[in-house]
Amino acid sequence: MFTALFRIIKYGLQGFKRNSWLSITTIIVMTLALLVFIGLIIFSVLTNKVIGSLKEKIDISVYFNIDTPEDNILAIKRSLESLAEVKSVDYISRDKALEIFKANHQNDQTISEAISILDANPLSASLNIKAGDPKDYQVIAAYLNNDNFKNDISQVSYNQNQVVIDRLTKIIDTVQKSGLALMVILSLVAVLVTLNAIMLAIHSTRDEIGIMRLVGASNMFIRGPYIVQGVLYGVIAAILSIIVIAPAIYFTSPYMEMIMPEINMWPYFLTNLLSLIGYQIGFGILLGTTSSIIAVRKYLKV
Amino acid sequence: MISFQNVSKVYNNKSVALEEINLDIKQNEFVSIVGKNGAGKSTLIKLLIGEEKPSKGRLFFGSYEVNKLKMGELPAYRRQIGIVFQDFRLLPTKTAYENIAFALELDGKSQSEIDEFVPQILDMVGLSEHAFNFPHELSGGEKQRVAIARALIHRPVLLVADEPTGNLDPLNSAEIIKLLSKINELGTTVMLVTHNKEIVNNLHKRVVSMDNGRIIRDEEDGRYILA
Ligand SMILES: Nc1ncnc2c1ncn2[C@@H]1O[C@H](COP(=O)(O)OP(=O)(O)OP(=O)(O)O)[C@@H](O)[C@H]1O
Ligand SMILES: [Mg+2]
Repeated sequence: MFTALFRIIKYGLQGFKRNSWLSITTIIVMTLALLVFIGLIIFSVLTNKVIGSLKEKIDISVYFNIDTPEDNILAIKRSLESLAEVKSVDYISRDKALEIFKANHQNDQTISEAISILDANPLSASLNIKAGDPKDYQVIAAYLNNDNFKNDISQVSYNQNQVVIDRLTKIIDTVQKSGLALMVILSLVAVLVTLNAIMLAIHSTRDEIGIMRLVGASNMFIRGPYIVQGVLYGVIAAILSIIVIAPAIYFTSPYMEMIMPEINMWPYFLTNLLSLIGYQIGFGILLGTTSSIIAVRKYLKV
Repeated sequence: MISFQNVSKVYNNKSVALEEINLDIKQNEFVSIVGKNGAGKSTLIKLLIGEEKPSKGRLFFGSYEVNKLKMGELPAYRRQIGIVFQDFRLLPTKTAYENIAFALELDGKSQSEIDEFVPQILDMVGLSEHAFNFPHELSGGEKQRVAIARALIHRPVLLVADEPTGNLDPLNSAEIIKLLSKINELGTTVMLVTHNKEIVNNLHKRVVSMDNGRIIRDEEDGRYILA
């Protein structure tokens, strides 16, 4: 058992070395496939980041009449929080609103002076609502249009920003959907190209597989070395893909950051380097071994 | 030990290679099989090792019913047979030494046994100098001798040799036939397919003559007669 395993590994390495030209071309194809794969990982992480920060920027504010008692506001806050669509509700009292206003305008002499002249606080209290999904703002806005709240609420910001919010929501949705479609298609292409390359490599050794069968080699003993080679292809291609993509990210990262400040590819790449290498190797091994198994199967029927 | 019962083989539904073959071979026999090109000799062997399935009839080897063996059962079955193929079928990416060692590895032999037996048999077939050459670096006769060594080394119950001397000079042919006789004396059943009249006539063993997919003659202490 142990000797058999040892021999399988030995033959795997031997086949890798003796068919070096085939091994090299297979590794190149696999490296390209894995570059697509790591590109997709980084692309999806970054679009999620951009989308996340866009979503953060969307919210609706409800402004209350100056004379609305705080209890009513807190009651509305609780009822909003009980909605499934609502992610968070922030209460900004009139005093807090004034504080924020002062802080925002502390460098502006005229406004600061104007404020200090007033003895009553002119600002109204508000609730700041964030939805889990941008599509739900419509539902929340509709809920606020409720007759029960009519006497307390002076203004809902959604009504002014509706067009912008709707458009943003649509863009986010399209980006997510087409991103997913792109990922599925590209991964499929990468997988098929690798499968094809390995099938071609193994096809060229089909006579050998037939001979081994005829002299009494078991399927596992024949398949084993090819699986070892599949692992080897996967690991080497994974490392190569990281080596190729690192400088590409390093040099494009500053330009991307100029266009979209949320995107900081190089720091992301560095902090996640280990897990990225892990994904690449795992995916490479999976791709290499399953392709080998599928490809050898065809020639074991002697 | 081997029994062909009414075995026929038709390739691609049209090319009849074997017709109604009935043949019994006892343990420890030495049988030569002769016949013209295309008579069906190699097909007989292909059926015996399960490379092809009979179109009709049954085929037994020891306790195995060969025509019923499943894909997964074939490897263990084939390991009992040493086969010298008419076209050698050496593993092209392995050296002579490794090709021969392969048969022992399949039998689960240890590396020390392999390192002991392989040089011995290489010496017996006169290939010590070419141990580390790849098949494409060997002459036809040298390849054939590697194939013979591979078939013999794991001491199979049955040795099937499809024209093992086809590419050998008279001296090497005589040596190989001597080797086959020797292992036959040691207890291995031998099936020898050959076109060499002299060899058959000197052996004084059983001869099965085939023509057109049929057995036309089967004699103890037979002679090489084609028609
Ligand atoms: N795979 C195949 N497909 C179709 N016909 C085949 C196939 N293999 C063999 N045949 C045919 O079957 C017949 C017997 O072939 P076989 O190889 O058994 O002959 P043989 O006796 O070994 O001849 P030789 O002395 O030339 O080796 C021939 O007519 C051949 O053309
Ligand atoms: Mg033949």
